[in-house]
This record gives sequence, structure tokens and C-alpha cells, in this order.
Amino acid sequence: MTVSEEVAPSKRGQVFHLVIRPTGGWRSLDLREVWRYRGLLAAMTKRDITLRYRQTALGVIWVVLQPLLAAGILTFVFSNVVGFDSPGVPYIVFAYTGVLGYNAFASTLTFMSTCLVTNAGLVSKVYFPRIILPLSQIGSKLVDFAVGLGLYVVLNLAFGVGFHLSMLTLPLWMALAYGMALGLGLLTSAANVSYRDVGFIVPVVLPLILYLAPVAYPVEEVPDNLRAAYDLNPLVGMINGFRWCLLGRGGLELGGTVYAVVFTVLMIVGGTLYFRAHERRFADVI
Amino acid sequence: MSYRAPSSDATIQVRGLSKRYEVASERAGLLSEAIVSRLRHPLRGRQESFWALQDVNLEVGPGEVLGVIGKNGAGKSTLLKVMSRITEPTSGEVELRGRLGSLLEVGTGFHPELTGRENVFLNGAILGMRKPEIERQFDEIVDFAGIDRFLDTPVKRYSSGMYVRLAFAVAAHLSSEILVVDEVLAVGDIEFQKKCLGKMQSVASKAGRTVVFVSHNVNAVRDLCTRGVVLDAGRVVHDGDTVEALHRYVDLHQHRSTSPGVFVLDDRTNADDHDGRLYLAKLVVDGPAGPTATLRTGRSAAFTIHSEGLADPDEVFTRFHVRNELNEIVLASDTRMAGPEAEVSGHVVTFDLDQLPLLPGRYFIDVGLGMKKTRVVLDQVASAGTFEVSRDDQYGADYQQYPQDGSIYLAPRWRQGAVAPTPPLTGG
Repeated sequence: MTVSEEVAPSKRGQVFHLVIRPTGGWRSLDLREVWRYRGLLAAMTKRDITLRYRQTALGVIWVVLQPLLAAGILTFVFSNVVGFDSPGVPYIVFAYTGVLGYNAFASTLTFMSTCLVTNAGLVSKVYFPRIILPLSQIGSKLVDFAVGLGLYVVLNLAFGVGFHLSMLTLPLWMALAYGMALGLGLLTSAANVSYRDVGFIVPVVLPLILYLAPVAYPVEEVPDNLRAAYDLNPLVGMINGFRWCLLGRGGLELGGTVYAVVFTVLMIVGGTLYFRAHERRFADVI
Repeated sequence: MSYRAPSSDATIQVRGLSKRYEVASERAGLLSEAIVSRLRHPLRGRQESFWALQDVNLEVGPGEVLGVIGKNGAGKSTLLKVMSRITEPTSGEVELRGRLGSLLEVGTGFHPELTGRENVFLNGAILGMRKPEIERQFDEIVDFAGIDRFLDTPVKRYSSGMYVRLAFAVAAHLSSEILVVDEVLAVGDIEFQKKCLGKMQSVASKAGRTVVFVSHNVNAVRDLCTRGVVLDAGRVVHDGDTVEALHRYVDLHQHRSTSPGVFVLDDRTNADDHDGRLYLAKLVVDGPAGPTATLRTGRSAAFTIHSEGLADPDEVFTRFHVRNELNEIVLASDTRMAGPEAEVSGHVVTFDLDQLPLLPGRYFIDVGLGMKKTRVVLDQVASAGTFEVSRDDQYGADYQQYPQDGSIYLAPRWRQGAVAPTPPLTGG
């Protein structure tokens, strides 16, 4: 909304000067304004982490149990029932690495897609750059991820998987997972303000996407004639990357990685533009 | 007295500000619905819209406390939301010189599971305070709220009074040069409201801060504000003296007067009460010589309330209040006060006074109907009618009325001079 904003010198010294005018069309992300509100971003992040881990024992147990349960069930279905083989590591460790990468993306996106509506009181009563709300979801999800990663280290040691140099690339795959979630999160959270069913569609569609990415099975099991269509899912490159990084073997494909990176950058740019264009109507509609 | 600060000094300049809302599209719906409706009506044109603000121009200088009043839907909150950058204007602009802090709700962002201490920091950040700023004032905030013993208790265990006090305390310590406050003083106990008003006032006059204050609390506006703006249907209809603004505001509440002293109550809706039907039809104010707009102190007066369409008029009571210019109720009566033998009921009830006990000034009448047994309100009209009381010959010719005279005329008997043997109290 800010069109001209400057610190104008005056006889009273430095005075904050702001002109509020209608804006039109697409707007870029006003990073300076977001930076000015970094204190709020920190406070909101802290709030979410505090609330999630307040009942310490229960909070942490659930964060540990959820991916472990998911990996266990996927192992039962794909290894024991279907009979797929994981190359070189126990299937549960194989599945767990996929779940870890998938969760980083999916749980972040789920919370982002409804964050504006669940904070409707803030949106309609206080000014701040609205992008603070989706951004503030990332912090508590990173803490969850750290807990999940800790469990992976335990699994790794328990099953003697070993540690590899490829693990140093972890920040890249995390950036992909959270970046993808942020791009789609900006899009869906803004759409959810006008269309409340978006908030219901996201958690229904996400678990289905899990089966369209190599979370629970090796990517090599996908029939060759379907690979082209299968690879349209940007999660394929991201999940393969996570697994290669954590296990130090198999899965990494240059084409898929580049595709995932390009997709993520496009989603962040597109999501930001969409979010900023609709931001001005949030308080009126919500 | 000049109300307008010179433009070079103004901290807030509002120029030609308008805000339009699209009635149909500005609400949350479903994506599926939107797609279906787009398929069905591919060529649908413009949606219905209304103007919440129309060409509003204002200038507010440092140290001014501007009170904004108006009926519901007059655009007060929209004005504050545009100033606070919560919503965008459709046209026009607002220029701000100084940081603006807005307080449109008490305790925005307070989370019940967080402790008082955690909420102070969260709420402070939400209101735009920086962490060092909050830390510096933390003790003062806690002291102001008077909750130091419960600082580390989750606020869900607070009483509503403590909750509101803490929320106010944070807001009262906002150090922005411009403060925008919406209706929030309607909550909290009276003592604490006064404390907050005092704090806001001291900040305004000492630090040269600009305060914009929206309230239905007419007394608060009168006591706190240096200048009043009345909004009606999105336009500024008065800008200046607060007492005049309050008069202008009550004028807007008026109902149609067909002839002096006769008020027809048909042009309205009644969504809030009982079955939503309009039962109250007419209010007539009578002086000694029939319906009139002007009554006289100490002379006879009568208020007649006509209702229509009541299934069983005997089961219904009629009530009215008379309010003065400061919105304080000075008289009230109710047909149930008449006692069982009076049998006041039916479609037309009249309240007769032999001597009107009101001092000169302007008064407003609220009327209402309710069920005797269940006390359910059937219909009510605020400011259904108005009348002026003019001076009669009770006073000495050279007496000038003071604002402190109040509203009630007591027909006093004064004695003075040497102490005489106690005279009888009556018959003098």
C-alpha cells in the first residue's frame, strides 16, 4: 500500500513520513517493510514454537512418533505387502528419509494455506506486511524438522547406515522443500481468504501427492513409459535429493533436481506476486 | 478558536479519501461456487457496491484529540482502517507525519495459552513496538495493569477484567506520534476506563501526540476530545466543536417529524427484537396547548406513545427514557410503574406531567415495548423524538443558566437572613 515512504528531515528532527494511496496491479515484495517488521516475525515464530512445545513431553513425543509411524506403515505396505526392495539400507530407514523430506514440505504448506484465515483477527485489526504470517509458519516447522532429523541420526546409528559427505548438501534440499511450500503457501493462503474451500482441499490433496512421489518406494520401480508424466511432479526431484543426501546412495537425478529448483523459484515469484496483488483486499474479505 | 492546524504542521492530512466496497464479491465464498457461477454467468457485469467513505478531507495537528462519531455504518471504522493501512482507499490519500499506532481492538493477538508476560511481548510486537521498547517499559506496563502476581499465569486463567487491563496497559504505552483508537473504551470497568482516558490525554497534551478516537461513549468524546467530526453515510457532516458535534450526531438519529411534536416511527427496520415487526407507530409530545416542539419548565407536558398490531395490548408494557444533550438519561418511566389499579395498557398510552421538571435545553426520547410476563423486548426506538425546553419565569430575570445546573428543576424555596424560629416545612 505504501507508495512513497521516506524519512523526511524537519524541524522536529527525523520524522517518519508516509503517504497512503490506492495502488493497482502487481506489486513487488517490499523487503524493506518486511525487515522493519522482523520483530513481529520473531514474536509470531516464538509464539508458535512455544505453543507447540509447551506441554513438552507430549509435544516432542508426537513430533517423533508421527514420521516414525508413517515410515512404519509405508514399510509394511510397500515392503511387506507389495514386496519392493530398498537398495542397500533397511526399508524403514529408506522410507523414513522420504517421509522426512515430504513432511518438511507438506506440514509447512498445510499450516501456511490456512494461516491468514486462522489469524483473521490480526488481519482485520492490525497493519503489518501480511507475508509475515506465512513466513512465521516456517520457524516451528524447522524445529519439528530438527527433531525428525535427530531421530534419523538414531536410526542411522542403529541400522549402521553410516554418514556420508552428501549430507553436507542438506541445506539445499531443505531450501527446496521450504521454498516450494512457501511458494504454494503464498498462493493457497491468499486464495483461501476469498475461497474457503482451498483450506480444505490442500490437506486432502497433499496425502495423495505422497503416492505420486518416491516417498514410500524407490523411484526405479516407476515404469519407464510413465516416467515422463511422473517427473512432472516437482516433489520427485526434491524427495530423491533428500534421500541421496541422507543415505549417500541412489536416486539423485540432475534433470529432476534442476526441474525442482526451477519450479520452486517460479512458485515463490508467482506466489509472491499473487499474494501481494490480493493482499490489499484481505481485510475487506476475510 | 481555530480547529485546523496549518497544513505544514499537520500530522494527519486526509485528502479526498473515498472507499468503495463491492457488496457481493467482498465476502469469502467457495472456489467451487465461484467456478460454477462463472460457468453459468460468463458475462456477468459489475457487482453491487457501496461507498463507505466519500471525499473525506481532514487535517489533524499535533496535540489534537479528534473524536469521530457517527451512526453504525457511517464509515468511522473504515476511516480508521484506511489510516492504519489495514485496508486500501479506493481514491484519495492520507499523509501521515509520524509513526501511527492503532488500537482497533483490545488485546489483538492475545493468546489464551500464553502467560501474561509472553502476551505483553507478543501484543507489543503486533502493535508495532520494538523489543527494547517493550523491555524498557515492561515494569511500567505490569504496574499499570496491576497484575504482577499473575505475570507467569496463562491469560486463559485471568478474569476478564485482568485480561482487559493487561491489554490496555500494553496499548497505553505505545509511543507513536499518532494514536488511533476505535471503540475500545466500551469494555473494562469504569475506574480503569478513566485511568486509560487519563493516560491517553496526558500523552496527547504533553508530548504533542495526535489522537484519533472513535466512540459511542458520548461522555468520553466530550471529556477527552478537543475537536469533533461527525460522519454520516461516509461523508463529514460536521467538523469542529465537540459539543456541536454531539448535537449534530443526535440530530442524525432523528425520526420523521410530520408536524411539531409529532414523530412518525415507520421509516425504520427492527432486526434485533423479538419477531422483527414494527409495533411502535407514533410519538406525540404535548404542551399545555397541544402538540409542540417546545415545552416550558414547570408547565404541563404529556408524552403519548401509539403502537399498532399488538395481538394482546394488555400483556404489553410501554417504557420511555428522556435523555439530555450529553446522552445521560434524566427521566424514565414505564407503564408498570403506574400500579395495578391504573390499568395502563392498550395501543395508546399517555404519560402526563403537571409540572415538567426539566431545565432549559434539548432532550431526546427513547421509547420501547415489552412483554409484561417475559420481559421480552418487542420493539424499541432510540431518539424517537426530541423537544426543546425553554425558560419560563421561575428564575429571577437576571439569572444566567450555568452548564453545571444539571437537567432537573426542583422548584426550590430559598430562605435567607437571620436565623428565625424554625418555621413549618409546609405551607410557606
